[in-house]
Amino acid sequence: MTQTETRQHPVEELDEVVIRFAGDSGDGMQLTGDRFTSASAVMGNDLSTLPEFPAEIRAPAGTIAGVSVFQVRISDFDISTPGDAPDVLVAMNPAALKSQLPRVVQGGIIIINTDAFNDRNLEKAGYESNPLEDGTLEGYRVYPVPMTDLTRRSTEHLGVKPRDAERSKNFFALGVVSWMFTRPVEPTIDWIHQKFAGKELVIAANEAAFKAGYNYGETAEIFEAHYEIKSAHMPPGEYTNVNGNTALSWGIVATGGLAKLPVFLGSYPITPASDILHELSRRKNFGIRTFQAEDEIAACGAALGAAYGGNLAYTTTSGPGLALKTETIGLAVSLEVPLVIVDVQRGGPSTGLPTKPEAADLLMAMYGRNSESPIPIVAAKSPSDCFFAAIEAARIALKYRTPVMLLSDGFLANSSEPWLLPDVDSLPDISVEKATQPNGMDEDGNPVFLPYLRDPETLARPWAVPGTPGLEHRVGGLEKEDPTGNVSYDPANHAHMIELRAAKVAGIAKDIPEVEVHGNPDADLLVLGWGSTWGAIDAAAHRAADRGMDVAYAHLTHLNPFPSNLGEVLSRYDRILVPEMNCGQLSRLVRAEYLVDAQSLSKMNGVPFTSGEILAAIAEQLGA
Amino acid sequence: MTDVQTTTRKDWMSDQEVRWCPGCGDYSILAAVQFLLPELGVKRENTVFVSGIGCAARFPYYMNTYGMHSIHGRAPAIATGLALSNPDLDVWVIGGDGDMLSIGGNHLIHAMRRNVRVKILLFNNMIYGLTKGQYSPTSEVGKVTKSSPFGSLDRPFDPVSLALGAEAGFVARTHDMDRKHMMATFRRAWEHDGSALVEIFQNCNVFNDGAWGDLTKKANRANMLIELKHGEPIRFGANDEFGVVIDCDGARVAEVAEVGLDAIAVHDEKAEDPSVAFMLSRLALTPHQPTPIGVFRAADRPEYSQATNQQLLDAQAKLGGGDLAALLRSGGTWTVEG
Ligand code: SF4
Repeated sequence: MTQTETRQHPVEELDEVVIRFAGDSGDGMQLTGDRFTSASAVMGNDLSTLPEFPAEIRAPAGTIAGVSVFQVRISDFDISTPGDAPDVLVAMNPAALKSQLPRVVQGGIIIINTDAFNDRNLEKAGYESNPLEDGTLEGYRVYPVPMTDLTRRSTEHLGVKPRDAERSKNFFALGVVSWMFTRPVEPTIDWIHQKFAGKELVIAANEAAFKAGYNYGETAEIFEAHYEIKSAHMPPGEYTNVNGNTALSWGIVATGGLAKLPVFLGSYPITPASDILHELSRRKNFGIRTFQAEDEIAACGAALGAAYGGNLAYTTTSGPGLALKTETIGLAVSLEVPLVIVDVQRGGPSTGLPTKPEAADLLMAMYGRNSESPIPIVAAKSPSDCFFAAIEAARIALKYRTPVMLLSDGFLANSSEPWLLPDVDSLPDISVEKATQPNGMDEDGNPVFLPYLRDPETLARPWAVPGTPGLEHRVGGLEKEDPTGNVSYDPANHAHMIELRAAKVAGIAKDIPEVEVHGNPDADLLVLGWGSTWGAIDAAAHRAADRGMDVAYAHLTHLNPFPSNLGEVLSRYDRILVPEMNCGQLSRLVRAEYLVDAQSLSKMNGVPFTSGEILAAIAEQLGA
Repeated sequence: MTDVQTTTRKDWMSDQEVRWCPGCGDYSILAAVQFLLPELGVKRENTVFVSGIGCAARFPYYMNTYGMHSIHGRAPAIATGLALSNPDLDVWVIGGDGDMLSIGGNHLIHAMRRNVRVKILLFNNMIYGLTKGQYSPTSEVGKVTKSSPFGSLDRPFDPVSLALGAEAGFVARTHDMDRKHMMATFRRAWEHDGSALVEIFQNCNVFNDGAWGDLTKKANRANMLIELKHGEPIRFGANDEFGVVIDCDGARVAEVAEVGLDAIAVHDEKAEDPSVAFMLSRLALTPHQPTPIGVFRAADRPEYSQATNQQLLDAQAKLGGGDLAALLRSGGTWTVEG
């Protein structure tokens, strides 16, 4: 083969690949990863993504702290996690290589922007010698590409200044990887035109860089092969790619129509929940009122005020913000008005790890208020499930006139997956009746309104909103007399009201789905999960089954009350393993509630579980 | 406004026994509100009182309207959400100096700057009453209380200065010994399109009795209370012999005979710039000096809940009503064939 010939690259088929794009936070890695994901979605692959960004908005360029990462897993089969170890690493600078190399599978592909490997950058990354030359990369398939230079040259003819041209190097990288994995080019070119509309030079430069990258793959002598991942056998229908925060926001939008109520959001900016505030603030044509309050407390207070006024009210936050809202949530327990509190959990304690996921607010959601103040808890299990979890939380809040905690986490918030779009007409009606008439008689036989006279079925009190004639009444945080709602210090009444509030929440168990057992129901081991661990547990259970291990697994979307059959399900298994991104909070709850020997599998390093970690724990439990 | 009066004070009184200490100034404030609301011709079902925690915060229980006795300091925030949820409501916030200026100070200033339709009645008795007598954020320096046996060290807030500094559109002051003045001031607050703060000098006869006496006792009023009237020279005294002069050094009291009527400041409650109103609020820094009362500022500004609604209407006019199915597809879709 001579230099002038166009090389015919063999196409190898893969059933899946995990790619990690890593670069400096200014290198546009999130955009690149996102774009690659969309192109893969169009090809019908199943996929799952995991972005990781530094907590600092402008971490020092070139340092490990400033590395921004986007991992995507694409496959021709149904997947539920963004993958464990990457098969391919795109490293735009030494810091990216240094921080990400330990994760890459042995023999994995590493595509490197060699232009960034100068002395200064090597030093900032903490390399004493150049890893491209010192044997560090032995055992990997390394593709050194002078991306910055090639990008500059590909855009020269456009009159782009060299400095500006460099900004397009992520598109060069995207081009290379797109070629390598036989992604179509048109959708990305169309997208570049849309995304940068009005900035003609930027469009031209990005397009040129992207094509140059693609052609480089095709013509350069360095790649042996390129790869194809066939489309997955996904259920037929229309899909979109969605992350958890967007799905959750859309779920909130949906509830307005489903409940036939105006939606109100009281919020205060906090990572990683702010995107919900942003998304809902754009949806004013759906009649959604968003209120950016002066602090977390006011955000929750305003939501409570709007709920009292008859709106379907939400407040969104993350752990530290939830800590501030607790007193107001306690008032909502006492007032018995519908209110949904969304906690997108992140690493703690205190400010903790704002951009890293953790699921350690479960006990705070459960118990984090003064005195006995039970509230229902709903937890989303995947990015797209955030949509349905929002609807379920609102349904419970409205029907039972109670604050409801909706738990998501930083992993669900930012990671994405293909979502088979639901038929919007099939979504449940969650509307409830407000009180319009007096519901009792006084001693003289005159009609009166008794604000705490409960529905015998649900134990919900009437929702009588200001503006309704004849139902004027006073509520507040002081103990209420049953059923007049007047202030009462009577000891027996207080005990009775505590029981009633608890019974109301406990009774919701009759109104939520039973927990389902997946895998082999006759196994000795049950893996019990909640929240974002669903994907990793599901994948681990499949892998375990493939290896001949008998595993049952179940996932909780309702954590208070627990599904009515949970005790019976747990009693069927000799061993119960509870993987959690906390130090064993659910395992403690089920131990206390059901007296079972649930074993905690805890992970607290700000990184979601991989299926491999759960698989290893399963194997250990089974002595396999 | 007697022509629209279809209710009487009795209609506005709830069946709950009023439980403030006998002689407490809160009684007369309650009466003033109950006398005023029939005059305003408003409806009970559209009237809501929201309060925080403290003696004053029991107020909603005594009104035959909708009411919420909430948590300490948070009433302005809760009331803001309530006002946004329903434009037809008259939302009143009731709280004391501890509730509004200490634990709830942040919510108070933000409710002010937003100009949202909440009318805040601040019962200032310069003490914590419900918790039995600790110094408050309006207590004078050196105040000896259970929590400050050697005298308090904290400099007090002036609620009017604070509200003006927080960009409030409406700020006024009245006192619990003059029902007519209270009613007139509350009416002005109600008429203002947006947030309104009324500081009410209120006597806590159990823990801080007579703290306002130098100003509010009948015999002292003429020489100690300076009634602000829009468009008129600021004068006081039994024979209007005193006036307020405002210059670069601020506001000060002068004898009219000495400085001449032309030197006396003319009150402009509508002034765009709150600086002069602020100077007036600094005229008396203790309750023992001649002190302005009435409306300090009543400036027109866009009201927040209407502006919020307008944004919704504009978005609907521009984009049409929300289409959920289209929203779910807004990020692009692909189809997997069966
Ligand atoms: S303690 Fe003071 S403010 Fe409270 S009710 Fe008694 S007199 Fe009134």
